Parts: sequence; C-alpha cells; structure tokens
Amino acid sequence: MKTSHIKFYQTGTYTVGNRLLSDADRSVQSTMERTNSLNSGHRACQGCGEALGARYAIDAAMRATGNRLIAANATGCLEVFSTPYPETSWQIPWIHSLFGNTAAVATGVAAALKVQGRDNTRVVAQGGDGGTTDIGFGCLSGMFERNDDVLYICYDNEAYMNTGVQRSSATPPAARTATTQAVGRSPGNVFGQGKNVPLIAMAHEIPYVATASVADVRDLEDKVTKAMAISGARYVHILVPCPLGWGSAPHDTIKLARLAIESGLFPVFEAEHGEITGRRHIRRQVPVEDYLRPQKRFAHLFKPVLQTDRLAALQAVADRNIRRFDLLEREDQV
Amino acid sequence: MLKQMEGSQAVAEAVALCRPEVICAYPITPQTHIVEKLGQLVKDGTLEHCEFVNVESEFAALSVAIGASATGARAYTATASQGLLYMAEAVYNASGLGLPIVMTIGNRAIGAPINIWNDQQDSMSMRDAGWIQLYAETNQEAIDLHIQAFRLAEELSVPVMVCMDGFILTHAYERVDVPEQADVDRFVPPFAPRQILDPQQPVTIGAMVGPEAFTEVRYLAHYRQMQALWLIPELAEDFEQQFGRASGGLIHEYRTAGAQTLVVALGSVNGTIKDVVDEMRDDGHAIGSVSICSFRPFPMKALKTALRTAQRVVVIEKSLAVGIGGIVSTDVRMALDGLDIAVHTVVAGLGGRAITRASLREAFDRAARNALQRLTFLDLKHDVIHAEIQRLESTRLSGPIAENILRELGIVADHIG
Amino acid sequence: MYQARIHGRGGQGVVSAAEMLSVAAFLEGKHSQAFPSFGSERMGAPVMAFCRIDDREIRLREPVMKPDALIIQDPTLLHQVNLFEGLSASGRVIVNSSRNLDELGLSELQSENPQGCVVTVAATELALKYVGRPLPNAALLGGFSALSGLIRLDAIEEAIRRKFAAKIAEANINAARAAAEAVAG
Repeated sequence: MKTSHIKFYQTGTYTVGNRLLSDADRSVQSTMERTNSLNSGHRACQGCGEALGARYAIDAAMRATGNRLIAANATGCLEVFSTPYPETSWQIPWIHSLFGNTAAVATGVAAALKVQGRDNTRVVAQGGDGGTTDIGFGCLSGMFERNDDVLYICYDNEAYMNTGVQRSSATPPAARTATTQAVGRSPGNVFGQGKNVPLIAMAHEIPYVATASVADVRDLEDKVTKAMAISGARYVHILVPCPLGWGSAPHDTIKLARLAIESGLFPVFEAEHGEITGRRHIRRQVPVEDYLRPQKRFAHLFKPVLQTDRLAALQAVADRNIRRFDLLEREDQV
Repeated sequence: MLKQMEGSQAVAEAVALCRPEVICAYPITPQTHIVEKLGQLVKDGTLEHCEFVNVESEFAALSVAIGASATGARAYTATASQGLLYMAEAVYNASGLGLPIVMTIGNRAIGAPINIWNDQQDSMSMRDAGWIQLYAETNQEAIDLHIQAFRLAEELSVPVMVCMDGFILTHAYERVDVPEQADVDRFVPPFAPRQILDPQQPVTIGAMVGPEAFTEVRYLAHYRQMQALWLIPELAEDFEQQFGRASGGLIHEYRTAGAQTLVVALGSVNGTIKDVVDEMRDDGHAIGSVSICSFRPFPMKALKTALRTAQRVVVIEKSLAVGIGGIVSTDVRMALDGLDIAVHTVVAGLGGRAITRASLREAFDRAARNALQRLTFLDLKHDVIHAEIQRLESTRLSGPIAENILRELGIVADHIG
Repeated sequence: MYQARIHGRGGQGVVSAAEMLSVAAFLEGKHSQAFPSFGSERMGAPVMAFCRIDDREIRLREPVMKPDALIIQDPTLLHQVNLFEGLSASGRVIVNSSRNLDELGLSELQSENPQGCVVTVAATELALKYVGRPLPNAALLGGFSALSGLIRLDAIEEAIRRKFAAKIAEANINAARAAAEAVAG
C-alpha cells in the first residue's frame, strides 16, 4: 500500500475519520470479504486491547496470504477467551500447544508446510508478553536465529493478565501488579528491570521487526501486511492495553495506547535486518503523567502524595526513548 | 542387509527408512549419534523430503515435532535423561493432542548427581504421560521397533517412545539386519492423518477443555492406548511375516516352561539374564525369564499368563521410585494380584553400574533359596552407605548426598565393572 | 566366546579399534560386539573399549571382566591403571611400545604367561612412518591378528578400509601389515 503523510488538524478527539483518507487507504471495519478470523462471540473483557489487536493483525495476515494462514497460539488470555471448548472463535486453522513453545510449534508447522510443498500457506505465532518475553523466550530466540518462516506477533499488555495480573519482564517500572503490589517504600514494579524484545529481535538480524499499537490499526495492518510479504523470521510487537490489569476504563483502551506512544513510553518503529528503517513520529509529546493518571496500576504515584521523583524517573524513560529512537517530529519532517 | 554397525547408526538408518518428514534434533549424550547420522542422511540427500531442524532445546525439539505432526508431517525426535525431563510438558501435550510422533530414548540416569550413564529412570518418569513405551533388548530389536512404532503410532494416533539403553545399545557395534526400503515402505504406509492444520478445512486444535469433558478425553486416551495391547502383537506378527524375524510384541519369554523362578526385566539386560538362565538351567535350576517389550500399555494379561505358574518373580529394574522401591515391580505385582507369588524387586544398573552375570547369579540363587529380600540394591557398596548412615546419626548435614559421602571418604572408579 | 579389552587414552582411537576389530570379525562370518567404556573422558584420559567375538549371538552386556586379550595402546597407562585385571593365565597381551618387556617392567607378567603371549610392538612409530600421525590403533590390530591368530589380517585390512577414506586406509593397512610382521617375527 502506498502511504502519504497526512496532517490531522482535529486534536483532542483522538480519532480521525476515514473521510480524510483516499478510498484505498480507508480502514474497513466490515465487508463481505473480511475474514473475521477471530469471530465475534468470544469471551474477552470489554475494551480488550488484545482481542482488537489480534482481530486486525490476523485479518491483515489473511488478506496478505489469500486466506492461507495457520496460527499457533500460546497459552494466555487470547487462547482462553477465544476457545472455550467446544466452541471456538477462530475461523482459521489454529493450534494451541503450551505456554512457552509457540514459536517452536510454528517452526514445526512451517517445516511441515515446506516439506509438503504447501509453500503458499504461511504461519503466524502469537502470544502475550508473558508467553513471549518470559517463558517462550528461548523458543522465540531459536526461531529467530534459524530464520524460520514464521511471523511472531506479541500482544503486549505488560503483565500476566490471564492468571490475574502478575508482573512479567514487559511490566513497566512503578506499575502495580499482583506480584509487585503498591505497598512498602517503593510501591509497584522496580525500576531498571525488564527487557525490550523488539530490540532483542533486531539483535538476531531477522528480516523484519516492528512495533505497533491498537491506537493506530492502519499502521498495525500495514506492518503485518509488510511482514507477510517477507519470508524468514519476523516479529511484530503490539501494545494492547488491558482494562482489567491496568485499572482503566474499557472505553479508554485506544486512548491509552495513543498516550503511551505520544508520551514516548512506547516507541513505534520498524527495523529490517537489525537496522531501524522507520519510526512513527510524535507530533506533540505529552507528559507521561497524562498517560499514567487514568490507570489504577499507577495510582500510587499520585495518591496519597504526588511522587514527583518517580514520575520524573518515568518521564526520563520516555525522554530517553524519544532521543534514542528519534521519535519527535521535526519541522523538516512535516 | 547384514551389517556390523553401531546401534545409534542402525537406528538412524531405520528411522530414515520410515521416511520421516520433519526431524528435530537437540544433542544429549547418549542420543547424539542418532541425530548426527540423521542430519547427515538429510544433508547428503539420502533421506529426501525431510526437514532437519537443529533446535535450541529438547522442549523446542518436541514442540517443533508437535507443530509438524499437527500439520500432517511424519515427525521424529530423540532424546535422553535430562532432555526428556526438560521436554516433559510437551511430552504430555503431544499425547494429549493425539499426535503420532515417534521418539527414541537413549536411556540414561537422571541427576543430581549428574550422571551420563545408563539406567531407565528417564523414560520411567514419563511412563504415565500417555505415550506408548517400547523397550528394545538388542540393536536389531531397536531397529525393528522403530519401524513398527511409526505404524503403531499412526494407526492409533498415539505417540510412541522407543527406549534403548544408552551406551549399552546406542554405542555398541553389533550385527544387525537393516531392512530394504521397499520392504519398509510396504510395512509403513504414508502418514494419512484425519485432521490437520489446513486452511481448506480450518480446525481449532488444543482448545481449553473444562471439567465437563476432561474426564472423557482422558478416558478415551486410556482406551486408545489399551487398544495397543492387541495392535502391538498384531504388528509384531505382521513384521515377522514380512521380515522373517520375531521382534517386538508385548513380552518375550525365555525358558519359562516349568520355571519356579522367573526373572522380569526391560531392555538390554535381558541378554545377560538369558546367559545366567542358561547357566543355571545347566546347573539344574528351574529358572526362566520374561522381557517386557511394551511397558505402556502394560501387558497385564500376557504377564499374568507368563508368570502364573512360578513360585517367585524377580524383577530386575534400572530405576528407583524413591520412597517405595520398584517401579516395574509395582506394576508386576498388580498383574499378579490374587496369586500367591512372591515378587522381589532388584534395583540394578543405576547410573551405569555394570550388571554382571556373577551378581545376577548370586541374586537368583538367593531367590531360589527364598532368601532374597523384597527390595535389594544389586552390588550396593554397604561400607559406603553404612559409614554415611552412621555419621548421619551423630551429625546432621544437609545438602548433596554425593558430596556428603566425599567428606568421609573419596571413592573413585578404580576397577573394571 | 573370545573377549578383548583395549586400553588407551582419549583421542588415540580406542573405540575405533574395538569397532574395527568387531567389523573384521563380522567379515569373517562371526558374531561380534564392540562397545566403549562409556565415559565422558576428554582427550588424554585413560579409556577402554571392549570387543567380544563368538560363533553365535552375543547376548552378554557386562563389561569385559575376564579378557582373553589385552591391547594396550598407551604404555604410560601400565603403572596407572590396573590393566591386567581379570586377564586369564593364557591371555594375550600386546603393548604399544618401542621398548621390550623388561624395560617396561613387565618381565613378571611375561614369566607368568606362556612364551610369546605378551609382546610389544612399536605401533606409534609405525603409524608415524606410514600414516604420518601418532595413531597406533590400526597398527595394533595388525599385531593383534598375528598374536592371536583369531582374525585374519585381510579381514582387519578390510575393516580398516571401511573405517577410513581410501588414502588414509591404505596407509593404516601398511602400518597394520608392518606390525603383524613385527609380531610374527
């Protein structure tokens, strides 16, 4: 798809209408052709970012492969809410094996397809941040390193939501989870821990790595489409807010994803063979406070007393991201 | 064709003859030679239409096999010891998903203390994981069991472990008859799964099953495996007809007629046992032996029939259920439920301790005199354990047992056997 | 049943020697079983391997405890490991050394065993001469063939041929022949 820079003048609404885009570029919610790979009727919570992300990502992958797609799914919310036996929301061939082996299962599917000569069928592996950055990390790294023909999609909601909101290595500093509670002298998750899997994926020099969010589903679709046009190991990391785990209103899911990006806390970029090739620029950086305040997991930063030091530390994280990934839009880029 | 070759190489050739489509390999002693050879056969083009995947762990090895099998490819892997434990979660998963994967186990001890030598603790730890478990007595049988295993697995939609004693078989060179491709092709038809991951007919595999159906799913897994109790002998018969030699089956009996003492064991130790049986028969003892080939499903009826006329049964087992004693013998006792037959557990060959004719003879002689205990550890170094037990009575010391013994006396392997 | 035990150090081809011996026996129509001492030894550590030869199927899986023959690939093991454990009174011993039995301190062993049962052969030197590498295993098998009379030299040669690439095989065969001649005297 060709893209062109469009400047949106409506600010404060957090949405832009399709009417500002050309027909070809318009996001289509539902048509006869849309596969609805993750069909309605599943058991996700209201405002679930993961369900939204998965629906757009998998439908985009279906479009890109002419509906010849097989998915391997890690244990987690997505797996549980989509397949309460004997029902399933998946309209595609789909397998769940274990929590930590999804990338390897996908490798097996890809190997089988290759040996059977079913080259036109492609493989997606998907899981949450726990299944990706923690327990499934070994298999993920192995799949990357071998450059197996698999697109791995991580739906990052920054904790183990399926088991009741426990800390993962994708949980941000200061966030309250069930295992990093908002008690004691330094409430919430500790600073200076965690891992950045998109950067680690890049270190494997795989053909394609991208981050995206449910705040911009067109960008998400674009990246998945692009990933499906490439063979070898690919990784797309999608920020998907979780109202339950984040303590946010279901109707704020998209807004929070957008604030995560615009504050600089979640950099959106693309990389090919280990080099960053594109980033989604921030037009106007918002203070991290705007992003943190609507989330109960960060409530201890504001009440009973404002934790200025810790807020400053989080702001520093955002500022560093902006510097490091060159996220701020400059005049010459407008 | 008759060949003098290493067990691992022979098994690799047999596996290749079964035309696996995806092979996943992660090295662990003593399994390495098998996957090395298979890697070579794929790379040099001998084994065509096969993807050989070098993975990063045993957990990944079986997981890749799971993905491949679910996509309709014949999948194979091999492991041992810690590797089998590392993939334990996937072991249960593969059987739960009904995927007919074949996996070789080069039987080896489980640490700590780390030990690379043979016993059967590894596969025993997975005996209830829903896989069929076949134990090879010789390298010839290891070859033949692999050929039968693919057909068995695919006919029942149940994964199969072929267990062969690490080093003792995997690293032994002996005469084997490696079948011809055409014969194996006739015996093992192409894999034709009923349900695979296919965009033409999308299915959801591995959904979450709740209390309302889980018991039924497990029951049917049990039912399916129990069907192997008739399919295994049938395949062995078919195999014999086609290849002209007896291999596999549920159990093998050796000189059991009129035997008062019957020895039961799994795997390669049966060879040594047979030599001792011959020796004792020559000396006028009424002794025979029964080798269990299919440990899962457990051939309850066949064993009962084979053992029922004995006065006593001595189970030689290369594994230990800490806290109770025997693993195999517990099942043997169950098979003999209601019969007045003494069952003795002899734990032997742990961590590669050689099981010698002399030691077996001594144990069997003692059994014949009704002087064998219910649980015996063959060739146990009593001085070592007594010293440690004595010390424990005066000073309590937590921590690793091996290192605690060392505090008292240094023991090194200073003799042969 | 004939049982041989081969002693050497990791990297000297001890396991290969047992393998080749078993292949030679196989070529002579015999049943044969070769296996290593199952260690995790690295280069230079004392290792051993076993070979059984019989006219019928070999079922026994215990290590060779009462060898009919010992092949000692490294004489530095002589006083470190109890190499002679279980050796029968009529057992044959071939030691890789350019020195004689007296010099090696083995005169006692020689006096206990019948004449000509214990021999030395400079296998490493022969290997260096013919193969260019100090790997004495093939040469010692040639010597063993002459000493035991159990396996014909041409079977040993064919086993060597099957183990190595053509050029190296021929070099090793030459070393084996030379060792056989040396032992036969």
